[in-house]
Order: sequence, then structure tokens, then C-alpha cells
Amino acid sequence: MFFYTIRRLLSSILVLIVSSLIVFGLCVASFNPLEPFFLRQPQPPPEVFAALREQYRLDDPFFVRYWDWLTGVLTLDFGESNAGTPVGPVLIERLGVTARMVVAAMVLAILLAIVVGVLTAVRQYKPEDYFFTFLTYVLIALPTFWFAALLKEFVAIQFNELVGQRILFTLGEQSPAIEITGSSSEIFWDRAGHLVLPTISLAMLSFAAWSRFQRASMLDVLGSDYMRLARAKGLPWRHALVRHGLRNALIPLTTVVALGVGLIMGGAVITETVFVWHGMGEYLIASINADDLNPVLGWLMIAAFFVIAFNLIADLLYAVLDPRIRLS
Amino acid sequence: MTTTERPETLKTGPATSVEQPQAAEIEREFTVKARSQREQIMRRFLRNKQAMGGLLVFAVVLLVAWAGPLFYGFEFAQVKPADASVGPGTNGHILGTDGLGRDLMANIMRGVQRSTLTIVVAVAISLFLGLLVGLLAGYYGKWIDNVLMRLVDLILTIPLLVLLIVVASNFPDARTAIGIAVIIGLFGWLDLARILRSQILGLREREFIEAAHALGASDRRIMFKHLIPNMLGSIIVWATLTAATVILLEASLTYLGFGVASDTSLGRLVADGVNAAQTRPWLFYFPGLMLLVIALCINVIGDGIRDAFDPSNKRVRA
Repeated sequence: MFFYTIRRLLSSILVLIVSSLIVFGLCVASFNPLEPFFLRQPQPPPEVFAALREQYRLDDPFFVRYWDWLTGVLTLDFGESNAGTPVGPVLIERLGVTARMVVAAMVLAILLAIVVGVLTAVRQYKPEDYFFTFLTYVLIALPTFWFAALLKEFVAIQFNELVGQRILFTLGEQSPAIEITGSSSEIFWDRAGHLVLPTISLAMLSFAAWSRFQRASMLDVLGSDYMRLARAKGLPWRHALVRHGLRNALIPLTTVVALGVGLIMGGAVITETVFVWHGMGEYLIASINADDLNPVLGWLMIAAFFVIAFNLIADLLYAVLDPRIRLS
Repeated sequence: MTTTERPETLKTGPATSVEQPQAAEIEREFTVKARSQREQIMRRFLRNKQAMGGLLVFAVVLLVAWAGPLFYGFEFAQVKPADASVGPGTNGHILGTDGLGRDLMANIMRGVQRSTLTIVVAVAISLFLGLLVGLLAGYYGKWIDNVLMRLVDLILTIPLLVLLIVVASNFPDARTAIGIAVIIGLFGWLDLARILRSQILGLREREFIEAAHALGASDRRIMFKHLIPNMLGSIIVWATLTAATVILLEASLTYLGFGVASDTSLGRLVADGVNAAQTRPWLFYFPGLMLLVIALCINVIGDGIRDAFDPSNKRVRA
């Protein structure tokens, strides 16, 4: 198990390094810091361009630039944006904001997927099964931003009116200046109120896909020999279901969840745009529109890091949960 | 113990005393019509009520979108300031108009046309690339397989939507339905390559491939005449499910500002309508519902095809 872990860890680091090379190449080819200056009227004289090329070191060979950037990243220095502000601290701060939404959405999606997947598998072909199957079909076919806008425009207002108080918020990740004026419990509840709708809209797509997968996995387990033996030897249904069935059915879900991280990150960008959160998504879109090289590089590296990290965790978790993998 | 006491019993021999059916019934045979595999698959698909429903709705949508403009009174680009932002039903505008007075029904029909074009182009490009990479990796194996699959893994470490945004931002002139289709197609082949490669790894060892080799078939012949036909099921299922993903991706890209700009598309209509949800709900609901219905139909059809290709499927009798 130990050597398996070490092997997977080394392999992941290698993938991360090669991925950084590809990401760097892609971004350098896509973003030219001089772009905004070309569009200025009147165009600045050639000396300005030469000075800018010096400043951004655009004339250095590709691998020199790559090495400079990579050594910076390894010391957590992501360079500066075109305007001169350091990228690192901004990324970290916005990562915290986005992480709230992403983590909450993943937890919600996993819990719901397990509950609904098991329910529809155990009650196959009954009305609950048909209802949830229909629901998941619809959720998979729904554009995320349309659903988020639907929640934003209709659920939030109706719910707030129903309760009589402003509980659900639709704009931003917290009320302005609450960090200055509010106590820590006020800040917490304010943030929670802002978190509800984005989390729901982000979680729905993943929940739908994962619950269908969990249903199929549970059906496989329910039809297996060891389940039949557990019932035959007299175990109560619930006991057999949870202790023997569920434990086995959850294992494939770990892989599916790990592979879904990339999709959730993409969904987070959309959800942040709909709910106007000042997180990673907004930062990425703004930086791409401004042809800003370093922020986009930092963003993509952090995204790649999390995707690779989640894949590694999934592999290790799979080995922990399924002894057959560990011992092979 | 004489056999004459039981007139129904046939004299079939000393050991038997089993009651046999009447003589007339023995001659009735059960015949099973010999059906080819393709026929069996078609039957399973046609019997799947949900898939047939989805196919019907999808066909109606496509018919209305492509044939409708010939009968409808308004053009999609026709600007009518006098009729701006009117609700459904007024002045002959079945679904209402947008801020510039353009009829929504005409725009939706046009949008569906452009979006189906996007789907076809994107899936075609992805299919070509996926077949290329999957066949090379699966058939030739060893280091080509290693390199290509590592490449696929590496590309997959970047979230697809973000990758598309970065690439799309490079080509501001490509913001038409076809341009976005090409960009999506360039990255949509990744899971197809994986699926095909693992299928080929299995098929490669089968006897009919070995036989084809022994008979001197060229690699290309084996790939096209033997491998691909056996993978048609996976390919078709992938194509339908990817089609749904393409249309949703196009909508998301356009919403974020990197998608279709100089063309009408269903995604554009939905993205534009998002902001009008409170004030002009028809601009929000109708395009969104249309997109939902199309994606839903494609998914249901895809699931139906997948079930049809699976002989162990117990839900539909063959």
C-alpha cells in the first residue's frame, strides 16, 4: 500500500509538471500583454513597445520564460498581472470564496446522489424510481446558467416573501462591508444565506449524473450473490443493505466524483457569473478579456493541481476501500 | 398395467408413462423468425417507448425549425421598433418579440437551425479525431498507445469549459455557429478516443481479427471493415450524448461572452434572455425550454440506443 501510494504520488507530480508546460505554452500563445497597446489611438511609438517587451521579457526564449515562471510558482510566486498587482494573494483570496461554493456543492451532490441512487435502486420500477429518473433526465439537460437564473429570479424572491425576512440572497458572496460591521456569527449567517442558491444550482447537474451512476452500481450490488447470501442467512434487510450492499456500491462512486471535479470547476465559473460572486470565475473571465497572462496561468495551474490531486485521492481511496486493488 | 386403460397415453416405449398432448397439438411448431443482429437492435429500439417519444418530439422540433420559416409571417432578423418587447400573442407574434421588435418564434426557429448545424459539425470533427486517435492507440499499442493516452489525460487536467474559453478568446472572428462548432469539436474527441481504444484492445485479440491478419488483410482494411463496424454501438451512443453536451456547452460559452456573437443560435437566445427573466419572461422561458427539450430528447434517444445495443437488457423484449 505504501509503495502504491508513493508510485501514484510520483506519477501525479510528473503529470502536474508536464501539464504546466502545456498550460504555459497555451497561454503564451493566446495572450499578448501588448495587445491593449496596439489598440490605442494614436499607437504608442516603437520605443514604448520595445521597453514593454523588455519589461515583460517577451523576447526571451520560450524555455527560459517557462523556467522563470515555474521556479516562481514553486515558491508560490505567481508573478504580477499587467497592471502590476501580485497575482498570488488575489488568487488565494478568491480561491477561498470559490472553495465555499465548490465544497458545499460537492458535499450536497454526493449526499443527494447516494440517497436518491440507493432509493431508486431499491424501489426499482416503482413510482419513486420513475419520478427521480425523470428528474435526473431533466437536470442533466438543463443549462446551468438558465437554472441558476430561474432560482435567482423566482425561488429567492418567493421564498423571502414567504418567510417574511430576507434569508436568501442573490448577489455576491456576502453583503458589502459585513466584515467590518458584523460580528463573526453575523458574517457566518450572511455568507450562508448567500451560499444557498449558488450551491443548489452548481450541485444539481453533478447530482443528476452521479445518482444515475449510483443507481446502476446499487442495482449491480443488489443482484449479486453475497447480497443473496446475506438475506438467506437471515440478516434484517436494512442491515444487509447498508453493511454489505452500500459499502460495495459506494466504491465506484469515488472514481466518478474525482473525474467530475473538472466539470464542477467549469460550472463554478458559470455560477459565479450568474450570482456575481467575486471569486475565481470572475477573476478568470476578467483576466482573459484583459489579455492578462500571469493571472490566467496561475488560475489554470491551480485548477490542474486540484484536478490531479482529486484523481490521486480517488485512486488511493479506491485502494483503501477495495482490498482487491490493494493486494493485487 | 395395460396401456389401454389410458387412451391418451401414447405408446412411446416401455419406460414412459408420461401423458402426451393430443396428436394434433404435437404438430404445432413454434417458429422464431431468424433476425439479424441489426434487426434485433432496431426492434429493441423501436419498442422503447421513451426513446420513441423523444425521437418523435425531436423530429417535430426539427421539422418546425427547418420548414416553419417558409410558412411563418416574420423573418428572424426583421426589426420592428413599433412592436418592441410585446408579449406572446400580440400582433401575430406567437411568442412575443425582443427589445428590437424581432419576433421570438422566428428567432427560435433560426436558432434551432444554427444550433443543430453546430451539433453536426462539432460531432463530425470530434468523431474524426476520436476515431483517428482511438484506432491508432488501440490497434498499434505499445508506445503510441502510451503517448496518446497520456496526452489525453494531460488535456483532461484542464476543465473543458475553461480550455474552450481560452482557445475561443484567440479567435474573435470565429464567433459564428460554425466557428464555435469547430472549437468545440477540436476538444470533444477525448472520451471517444478512450472508449474506442479500450474496445479495440479487447477486439484485437478476437479470432476474426487474427483470421483477417492471416489472410493478409492490410491494417487499414482490418480497421475499417472489421473493427469499426463492431464498435458502431459505442460510437452512436457517444455521438448522441456528445450532441447534447455540445449544445449545452455552446450555450454556456455564449453566456460567458466567448461563444456565438455574430450569428443567431439557441444558446445566444437563452443567454440574452437570462437578464429579462423578470421584465419579459417570454424571452427567458421559451428559448430555455426549447434548449431543455432538445437536450432532453437527445439524451433519451441516446439512452434508448444504448439499451437497444445491450442484449442483456431486460427492460425491453427483443
